[in-house]
Amino acid sequence: MTGLITMADLTNEDIVEVLDAAERLLPVARGDAQMPLLSGRILGNLFFEPSTRTRMSFETAMKRLGGDVVNLGDVSTSSVVKGETLFDTIQMVDGYTDIIAMRHPRQGAARYAQDAARVPILNGGDGAGHHPTQTMLDLFTIRQAHGRLDGLDVVLAGDLRYGRTVHSLSHALARFDCRLVLASPELLRMPPEIVEDLRASGASVVETTDLYGSLDGADVVYMTRIQKERFADEDEYIKVAGAYKLHAKHLGEVRQDMIVMHPLPRVDEIHPSVDETRHARYFEQAFNGVVTRMALLCRLLGVDVPGGEA
Amino acid sequence: MSNESNMRRVTAIRNGTVIDHIPAGSALRVLELLNIGQGTSVPVSLVMNVPSKKKGAKDIVKVEDRELTQAELDRLALVAEGASVAIIRAYTVAEKLEITLGDEITDVVRCTFSNCITQNSREPLPHRLRVLSKDPLQIRCHYCGRPQDLNELVQNVI
Repeated sequence: MTGLITMADLTNEDIVEVLDAAERLLPVARGDAQMPLLSGRILGNLFFEPSTRTRMSFETAMKRLGGDVVNLGDVSTSSVVKGETLFDTIQMVDGYTDIIAMRHPRQGAARYAQDAARVPILNGGDGAGHHPTQTMLDLFTIRQAHGRLDGLDVVLAGDLRYGRTVHSLSHALARFDCRLVLASPELLRMPPEIVEDLRASGASVVETTDLYGSLDGADVVYMTRIQKERFADEDEYIKVAGAYKLHAKHLGEVRQDMIVMHPLPRVDEIHPSVDETRHARYFEQAFNGVVTRMALLCRLLGVDVPGGEA
Repeated sequence: MSNESNMRRVTAIRNGTVIDHIPAGSALRVLELLNIGQGTSVPVSLVMNVPSKKKGAKDIVKVEDRELTQAELDRLALVAEGASVAIIRAYTVAEKLEITLGDEITDVVRCTFSNCITQNSREPLPHRLRVLSKDPLQIRCHYCGRPQDLNELVQNVI
């Protein structure tokens, strides 16, 4: 069975189906209803890199559906530190579980794991590569706010070079004919091969360093953190840290229904003054991680979520 | 200049392999990909930049007393797609083979991206590169998806 490694593994119809299933699962995610659809199933959480939201939301999602979770635990005390290859780790966990969620510092690790595994792999981030389950919760949040995914004006801002969330999200938005503005410091521009792919798929893409001048007319502004851990050279980091600081005062002229999103954690790219505005959606977005991952777990394990069209 | 005079630049071989119509300037890379170097004991002849009716200019490599296998020839597709190969036995062409670039290059070269999962040499799965386009040549790693530069790639021969 194949997992979810990049957004190319899902068609637009698949995406809509998963989002619809996620909506039906909202009462279960909130704890208002019980639906043990995954009772007896085990998720293996393999996080070779720190994670709070992704790891916890996978765990919560599995448990809300009556399933169980085994964790790799701290990498510094697991067999990885003894020099075990990813291949061998996957062979072991593949035998213990029905599905694996993983994050790894090396790019391509999730595809590699899928080639090595019998069970489906959910890519929870591979280096600066992809983060498709984040994209699914982002799309859920956007659809919740705007009622649709098609033809929106979306600004992706911040660290577009190393930010795997925006790599996956831009691919998905382009497929829904959204117009993309990529706002970043020069040093952190979107990798050229991604821009090439987006344009090749027919998307309208504008690259700029001017975030504030791009807010007018946007339906979505997606902020990202400049990730200190991705810089080998601290001087390079200091040059771009704090490049964008979105403040409530910047939002005076924007569309009433424009939403501000962020995969979290934030540092200072969104000022707390934005939290109080009607535009802030990042905390709902974080909650949506549970419900969309519930829907993805069901789909990859071949379990239908009741309430859909026959 | 005729084909005959090209061939006269190096003597005909009795047994072995002749790789003709190699893109001009690529013969040294061909030798690298075949791991022909200091440890090789059989005679090897190399002709570069000779006139070609088909291509304007071409390189030729002759390896004596060694019949290259199709698997070895497949390794050359990265730098010598379209080259023609003749297996020579007793001065005559015994077999004709072709070098064609498929959709994937497996276990020939290693991805050039420093943070790719395949950089750990102990990982056992094959090195896989996907050929997105042949003209212009566009290659990406199957695992990390990074585009590959041919000049860097040929430094990463397995």
